[in-house]
Amino acid sequence: MRRYILSALVLLTITTMIYSCQSAEQIKQDMYFANGRDLYVKRCQNCHGQKAEGLANLIPPLTDARYLKKNKNKLACIIKNGLNEKIIVNNREFSEKMPAQSDLNDIDIAQIIVYLTNSNGSKQGMYNTEAVTADLKKCK
Amino acid sequence: MRHLPLRILLLFCAVLLVFNSCTKERKLPIYGNRDTKIVKHADGSSSIDTVYQTIPDFTFLNQDSVKINNNTFKNKVYVADFFFTSCPSICPIMHRNLKKVYEDFKGNPEVMFLSHTIDYKYDTPHILKKYAAKLGVDDKKWQFAYGKRNDIYTIAEKSYLVAVQEDSTEKGSYVHQGWLILIDKDRKMRGIYDGTDSKAVEKLGKDIPTLLAEYKK
Repeated sequence: MRRYILSALVLLTITTMIYSCQSAEQIKQDMYFANGRDLYVKRCQNCHGQKAEGLANLIPPLTDARYLKKNKNKLACIIKNGLNEKIIVNNREFSEKMPAQSDLNDIDIAQIIVYLTNSNGSKQGMYNTEAVTADLKKCK
Repeated sequence: MRHLPLRILLLFCAVLLVFNSCTKERKLPIYGNRDTKIVKHADGSSSIDTVYQTIPDFTFLNQDSVKINNNTFKNKVYVADFFFTSCPSICPIMHRNLKKVYEDFKGNPEVMFLSHTIDYKYDTPHILKKYAAKLGVDDKKWQFAYGKRNDIYTIAEKSYLVAVQEDSTEKGSYVHQGWLILIDKDRKMRGIYDGTDSKAVEKLGKDIPTLLAEYKK
């Protein structure tokens, strides 16, 4: 009987270890998400709204999961350099200029992207700073 | 049982009293600078009267390139503000909040809105028209005013008491305050609300009927 309890305990410890190892990445993602949310409130919410709902046909909502997925590699450039072209979001056309947020660091941008792509119905997982740095090199 | 009619009468009076005390109306304050003038009466005596600050005559172009002036707002209460279409800071949130009020009073012809652009270089009427359309404003209830730099900046600072200025160091190159000003039918300022604060704008929505009630008698 004692042996069973012991082996069960060992097994439990090992599973816990494996489980916590797996979630290290998850913890990092959660950190990015939380920081991204704070940055969103400070830097994006004014125009894009509390619920990322945008403003009529002037400012696009940031809740179009398909747009976010399709243009994931462009998000960093849009945030950093602003936008001055027509885009289709939620099947609606938007053509107002978006101001550049050039003072944001790559890590800030990564955090904002993690927040946007993991809220409002999106669940795209982690996006790290290196990916943002690579994206920014390819900006038009 | 004999006194039943008397009791009913008493009850009726009591109810009337209660209702009367409840309907004590609230009046909005009057803002702005004040002056006094001496009024001479017919009998030769004189007394001192208060002169409240009022919005002076103005003429601007609206989003349809049509001239608008004080007569456009005759017998209306209106909400005035200052903004510009390429504004990256407080304007979107101001107009997001104000849009809700606009929707709420869509069926009320006594209420209007007047947004002045302070970007006299870029925000010409056709830009304002595009902006209005994209904001979802398609009628004459919400006027977007374009005018000469001095006209707009003077009326902002001297009459609506909103600070506006050009500043090339600022993103978007203009700075201004986000006040929404409620003007009554006599051109007097009756409310000042922070357009970036959704609670304050909610209060504006509640104050408009209060103001309109003053004219109901």
